[in-house]
Amino acid sequence: MPIIPVNYYIFFSLALFAIGIVGVLTRRNAIIIFMCIELMLNAVNILLVAFSKMHHVAAYALDKTTTVGTEAQLFVFFIMVVAAAEVTVGLAIIVMLYRNIHSVDINFLNRLKH
Amino acid sequence: MSKFVFLIPLLPFVGFLINGLGRNFLSKTLAGIIGTGVLIASFVLSLLVFSEVSEPGFTVQVINLFDFIKVAGLNIPFAFQIDQLSALFLLIITGIGSLIHIYSTAYMHEETPAHFARYFAYLNLFVFSMLLLVMGANFIVMFIGWEGVGLCSYLLIGYWFGNNNYNNAAKKAFIMNRIGDLGFLLAIFWMLSQFGSITYAEVFAKASTAPVNVLTGITILLFIGAMGKSAQIPLYTWLPDAMAGPTPVSALIHAATMVTAGIYMIARSNVLYTLAPTTQHLVAIVGIATALLAATIALKQNDIKKILAYSTVSQLGLMFMALGVGAYTGGVFHVMTHAFFKALLFLGAGSVIHAMHHEQDIMKMGGLRKKLPITHITFLTGCLAIAGIPPFSGFFSKDEILAAAHDMSPVYYALGVITSLMTAFYMFRLYFLTFSGAFRGTETQAEHLHESPFSMTFPLIILAIFSIAAGWVGIPAVFAPQAHKLSTFLLPVLPERHQHHHFSHSMELMMMGAVVLLIVITILIAGKKFASHKSFDEKQLSGLSKFLANKWYVDEFYNLIVVKPVSQLASFFSRVVEQKIIDGLVNGVGKGVQFSARQLRWLQSGQTGSYVLIMTVSIILFFIFQLLWKA
Repeated sequence: MPIIPVNYYIFFSLALFAIGIVGVLTRRNAIIIFMCIELMLNAVNILLVAFSKMHHVAAYALDKTTTVGTEAQLFVFFIMVVAAAEVTVGLAIIVMLYRNIHSVDINFLNRLKH
Repeated sequence: MSKFVFLIPLLPFVGFLINGLGRNFLSKTLAGIIGTGVLIASFVLSLLVFSEVSEPGFTVQVINLFDFIKVAGLNIPFAFQIDQLSALFLLIITGIGSLIHIYSTAYMHEETPAHFARYFAYLNLFVFSMLLLVMGANFIVMFIGWEGVGLCSYLLIGYWFGNNNYNNAAKKAFIMNRIGDLGFLLAIFWMLSQFGSITYAEVFAKASTAPVNVLTGITILLFIGAMGKSAQIPLYTWLPDAMAGPTPVSALIHAATMVTAGIYMIARSNVLYTLAPTTQHLVAIVGIATALLAATIALKQNDIKKILAYSTVSQLGLMFMALGVGAYTGGVFHVMTHAFFKALLFLGAGSVIHAMHHEQDIMKMGGLRKKLPITHITFLTGCLAIAGIPPFSGFFSKDEILAAAHDMSPVYYALGVITSLMTAFYMFRLYFLTFSGAFRGTETQAEHLHESPFSMTFPLIILAIFSIAAGWVGIPAVFAPQAHKLSTFLLPVLPERHQHHHFSHSMELMMMGAVVLLIVITILIAGKKFASHKSFDEKQLSGLSKFLANKWYVDEFYNLIVVKPVSQLASFFSRVVEQKIIDGLVNGVGKGVQFSARQLRWLQSGQTGSYVLIMTVSIILFFIFQLLWKA
């Protein structure tokens, strides 16, 4: 089975990341912005796993017992956990926001500056 | 014995600590007992030291207490030196100091307990500093004491700090002293760099190796220090103003401590001065000029304490003349006799002021002889002693100074005699105006006139006895050979004066008799003029007497050339430099921050989108920057 070159992963991840940024910048709905942030996080996750695999394959070819390159996959789990925690807090904030102003449009949030 | 020497200065210091820290708890009696007791204990120790020093075969003792400054090759120990000179000064300081403390317990009885204890604390600190000054075995310890007495004079002159004039007098004393201190300090540095040591023994041993110019420089700087502390031209104006303090303090400053410091310092460094003849001439000239100037001013003063103050300045001038002509023993001898009769006169004046309810103008006194018999007799003793009538002590010491002056130059002798005559005149003007004639004060004052309590008259009596007898330790060779005990005693420390001319004894006796006769005539003239002074008509003074009554306008002159320019400079700095430049700088920074903050305010719009946009754009810019940087 032919291995998918790492370039593909990079482009895919960049595309996901760009979609996320554009979403955060242009949308006003807090929930969609949230989803875009998740997109960006996952773009990073994909990249981490891809690079990890790449390094591991290269090292494995020289030494069958090596564990080089596997550490990055641990970070993915950390990011997932942090993202999950962040989502709980963030969604809670959004719920409170909705209860107060009956909207999830972030442009109404500018009252915080006063 | 030498083991306990450190107790002599330590005891007054402990007294200072107890009285100073406990001033809110101590009763007046307790404060007085502590303050006086520590000093009497010091006096007893000083007596023991003195008796040991006066034994034959005594050699100089240096007691190292601890290392004070130890840097690289320099080691300055905190050490005391006990020899004939310091033992003599110890006796004068603690003895007269004790009497003044006893006197103060009665004189200051109107003060509240806290102020009373504060007074005794300062007094003890004063004596402590003076003891350090005379006991030190190097110039640094002397300098510590030197600064200490300056500080204490400031504290005590400004003791009644409610009165702003008194505060100004205190500041004047302090600042004048600081000018002198600078000279002393520079002299110490110079000695350190020249001799590599500051201990008396080493400096004096190496003195002859130094070039004359250097020695002249060092001695002149030391003399500038002495000018400040011992009130010589041009730094004497603080001493008359120092009368602002309580009268016993004046007695302490003028007799036992402070002003004698300059004499002590020059007598101590006599080795250096003998090697620098130029400085000796300067000392003699400044001394005799001060003696004359102060004597003329004293002729026309009406404040009882001011007259005594100027008389001190004048007598100090005579002492400096003695040091200048090389009669170190004569100078120290006069310090000793002067300490007794000047303390007596000041305490007597205090007794008069006490009886007169703080009236100090002698024009408003008169006829106090009957009301204050003890004060009168003792005061008369003091006047006779300072005028130089035999066999009172002043005669012997003054005669020795005049003889030494004559040996040097007849001009010094003539000026010295003129000073002595003026001294006799103003002292007896003071005496007759105060004690004889009719009372010129108010009715209420006349009713309240009373002799002072025993604790005030007791010191007067003791001092009067010493004012008569103190001179007998220095009887000149004319009367009896080998009778000058003081000179023999001090010989190990102070060299004997080289006599240039030898007079026949009859010639010397004739000159002595002539001077005494002139003094007696002066006293009689003063008596005729002032004994039956009737009223205090406010005559308009004119010409010379106005000039003298206004103290040669020296204070006004100093105001014009020093005080005014300095205060103008100060106000320039406060108005322009402080308010415009420094405040402008600080306010400018504040204004700049406020201005830039106003410009940056639009960034915080509250739009989350714009924040994120800025963040993203910034991150991208960072990446681009990094890329370019690497390239």
